[in-house]
Amino acid sequence: MTMPISSRPHPSPLTGGELVDEYFIENRTRLLEIAAFLDRLDRADPAVAGRDFRVQVFLEAVHALTGDGDRLTRIQRILSDPTTGPLEQLDRKSALGAYDRRAAEGRS
Amino acid sequence: MKYIDHHAHMVSRTTDDYQQMALTGCVAVTEPAFWAGWDRSCGDSVEDYFRQLTEFEPKRAAQFGVQHYTWLAVNPKESDDRALSRDVLQRIPKFLDRPTVLGIGEIGLNRVTRNEIATYTEQVELAIVHRQLILIHTPHLEDKLKGTTISVDVLRGFRQIDPRRVMVDHAEEHTVEMILDHGFWVGLTLYPQTKISPQRAVDVIEKYGPERICVAGACDWGPSDPIAVPRFAMEMRRRRHPESLIQRVVFDNPAHFLGQSPKFRLPAHAVETAAPARIG
Repeated sequence: MTMPISSRPHPSPLTGGELVDEYFIENRTRLLEIAAFLDRLDRADPAVAGRDFRVQVFLEAVHALTGDGDRLTRIQRILSDPTTGPLEQLDRKSALGAYDRRAAEGRS
Repeated sequence: MKYIDHHAHMVSRTTDDYQQMALTGCVAVTEPAFWAGWDRSCGDSVEDYFRQLTEFEPKRAAQFGVQHYTWLAVNPKESDDRALSRDVLQRIPKFLDRPTVLGIGEIGLNRVTRNEIATYTEQVELAIVHRQLILIHTPHLEDKLKGTTISVDVLRGFRQIDPRRVMVDHAEEHTVEMILDHGFWVGLTLYPQTKISPQRAVDVIEKYGPERICVAGACDWGPSDPIAVPRFAMEMRRRRHPESLIQRVVFDNPAHFLGQSPKFRLPAHAVETAAPARIG
């Protein structure tokens, strides 16, 4: 079958300015939600970041936002299990959203 | 615009959801075997589920002019249980000739354990022996990168596999390239939180083009959206992409991939939009 549309990448037809016009407000909102989440944690327990690996990884990912280039893939990798081998036994059913490197170092 | 949702766990959804999908242009869904949210106690329980997938759901969908197809498997969430998995794998072949079974899926890994890899490998072998299409589940969140890498490595160990007959689903930005590079189809499942959003899925299309990429809602018993695919189409329009590109992703591509099964037929009302699949 002949596909009617090119298989090449299709960059957004919107210009940079148009993308800002279209998406600035909703992403401003997302940014404020992240700031509010971190402030909320500080109010509840300023030391939580020292104990909870998820918060540590989250903060690392927030820092990665300020770099250039492929921020999204960089953050995906920060959040990912960097090991390559299988688990010997099932530990739990669900993923947690971030990898606990400190616990892994303790196990090895 | 007409669309096909290649990944929808409709047994977990209400009939109203079928109606909503039909109203937004859905002409066909394919339903991979899923985890019930709790572990089933025995193979008989899974076999009843296969009967629900192959007998009951097609009728429920047909009320709204939606074609319903299914994939059979031990879902990765239960695949660490080797005894259950062996039992279920023995039961699958007798269902494969049913008219709405397209292949083996969703198979793959959850926490990436040795047992899960063993079950996954056996399910790939089952698909090869019975010449079935394959739908791969990739793990969630922090497990996705490692799990996708190992899943692809296992597939590459089988010379008999034609990658064009395999879709690796739940892909995200850090796994898309690896899947495409090995010749497989990419599935992007549009999910409110734990997978990829419609906005990010559009970014993937912009970056890689539409070749061998499909989108689906993957609606199930958790927070999910049965009309995620039309939301993707809406996001494409918001960025002023042409209707022909949207149709390629939401209709032509899934029709092309699923149409490799001789059982996949589109309803007559859907075929004025060009597709390789047969008319039902």
